[in-house]
Amino acid sequence: MTSDAQPATPAPAEKAPQEDPDRARSAAEEEEQTPSWAKEISEAIGVRLLSPLAELGMLSRMAWETLFWAVRPPYRLRLLIGSMEFIGVGSIFIVGLTGFFMGAVLGLQLVDGFRQFGAESQTGAVVGMAMSREIGPVFTALMVSSRAGSAITTELGSMRVSDQINALITMAVNPVQYLVVPRVLAGLLTVPLLTMLFNVVGMFGAYVVATGLLGIDPGVFLGRMQWLVDWKDVAQGLVKACIFGVVVTLIACRQGFFASGGAAGVGQATNRSVVHNAIAILALDYLITAIILGQGI
Amino acid sequence: MGLFSRKHEPTPEERQRLEEAKSDPIHMRIRGIHKTYGDHHVLKGVGFDILRKQTNVVIGPSGSGKSVLMRQLIRLEKPDEGEILVDGTDFAKLDGMDLERVRRRMGMVFQASALFDSMSVFDNVAFPLVEHSTLSRKEIRERVMDRLEGLAIGHAAKKWPAELSGGMQRRVAVARATVLETDILIYDEPTTGLDPVTVRTVDELILETEEKLGVTSIVISHDMASVFRIADRITFLNFGEVVASAAPAQLLAELDPKTMDYVEASGVSEDILAARRK
Repeated sequence: MTSDAQPATPAPAEKAPQEDPDRARSAAEEEEQTPSWAKEISEAIGVRLLSPLAELGMLSRMAWETLFWAVRPPYRLRLLIGSMEFIGVGSIFIVGLTGFFMGAVLGLQLVDGFRQFGAESQTGAVVGMAMSREIGPVFTALMVSSRAGSAITTELGSMRVSDQINALITMAVNPVQYLVVPRVLAGLLTVPLLTMLFNVVGMFGAYVVATGLLGIDPGVFLGRMQWLVDWKDVAQGLVKACIFGVVVTLIACRQGFFASGGAAGVGQATNRSVVHNAIAILALDYLITAIILGQGI
Repeated sequence: MGLFSRKHEPTPEERQRLEEAKSDPIHMRIRGIHKTYGDHHVLKGVGFDILRKQTNVVIGPSGSGKSVLMRQLIRLEKPDEGEILVDGTDFAKLDGMDLERVRRRMGMVFQASALFDSMSVFDNVAFPLVEHSTLSRKEIRERVMDRLEGLAIGHAAKKWPAELSGGMQRRVAVARATVLETDILIYDEPTTGLDPVTVRTVDELILETEEKLGVTSIVISHDMASVFRIADRITFLNFGEVVASAAPAQLLAELDPKTMDYVEASGVSEDILAARRK
């Protein structure tokens, strides 16, 4: 470089007063360049925080479309019955089995716990209350989600990635009305019935363990149950079951309906369906209970 | 059925209007279609004509926008701009029942056939009739069997889609797409993934369907050899723009050397190219 050559980077002090706009521009550029990693991280955090809201929005939109198409003809009764058969009848065994063991272990734990302060006679009452208000609807919904919800997501997801849903559209058949409405209605109608089954079998399981194995008097067990549990408790459980029935099937349908990315995408959608359903069931359980009891919010 | 049904038969006025439109040799006029996904401008003012009762093929390399164009033509997506005139009605602007009414006159054969796994072949083909016609069960059975036998797959009526070969699945898809008196049939990459013999069979099927049922065929493809066997008119799409749209021989004369290289590299036989050049 010769002595009269201009310096590649002039000293800031020399140029400061004359070249303000340039300086401002370069400062802005610097700002843009330097924190790119920070920008990426903040974007990632933003996406993470906003994605549940986006999911809720998507779900609300599907709920609205489902309601809209549910009241519009044609009414496909055969599809509704088929879905009720799949979700309801198909879940009887698993709901009955889990109900029995849930009741049995509840009876075992309560008798053991209550014996410590001589209150084992209250076992029937507490089992009845817990089953009808909480355990019945929550466990039934979890079972339906695991068995039927995951299957619904897989079926709809496969239909999506193999263009069967697009085929419905090209044949002028609304896919929400044809695929989602019958499944959501079937969830609404069958989950409360399955919950009643879970309650009955669960109470029977607790009765068998408490009276047959742990020496609680059958009359006391049933008497205390009748004394504490009334129809309001059962109704509370059934209200929850109705809501869970709609939510479980809606989430399952939403995940399958918008699945993408081939077989792997369907697998991920099924995984999301089960996880989202479990979270939704437990969170809604608290919310509904708080609303019904008028406290805890 | 009344209130509880949305089944629709064309009114006498609609039938008359459709009959009148049949004298127009151009079935669809596609004008200035634009489609953008985020920053990606896929279709950049696509425009060409679809000739009535002819095999109209849209070709182009991967990523040229063929599938996106197909999704606009059947209105799986709404174009951002432009017109799709079907017998004078702008299909791109329609919604609700009006959209469904035009859609019922169009059939679609998907790349992987998209037959419903949970239904037999018979039920797949009967599906559009069950949903949209007021025909009795007996009439539906007769029409479905007639269509299946016309495509030489009557014996497969009770089978499930998974039990059929690729070629037979395409036949069932054609039967399903045409059972509702369709007059436009869109094929999305109908020969992709098929062996050479089945490709020939599918080509023959497209021509046969067009001849027997008098439908307008739109074939989206990148299988050049197949295209030059069946096309009456070829539209070449590249980077979301129409490079040329003409009869095969004329198209070969019009293509620039670079696009011509693409055609030659695609396995079109030298005989066909030579004949076309002459």
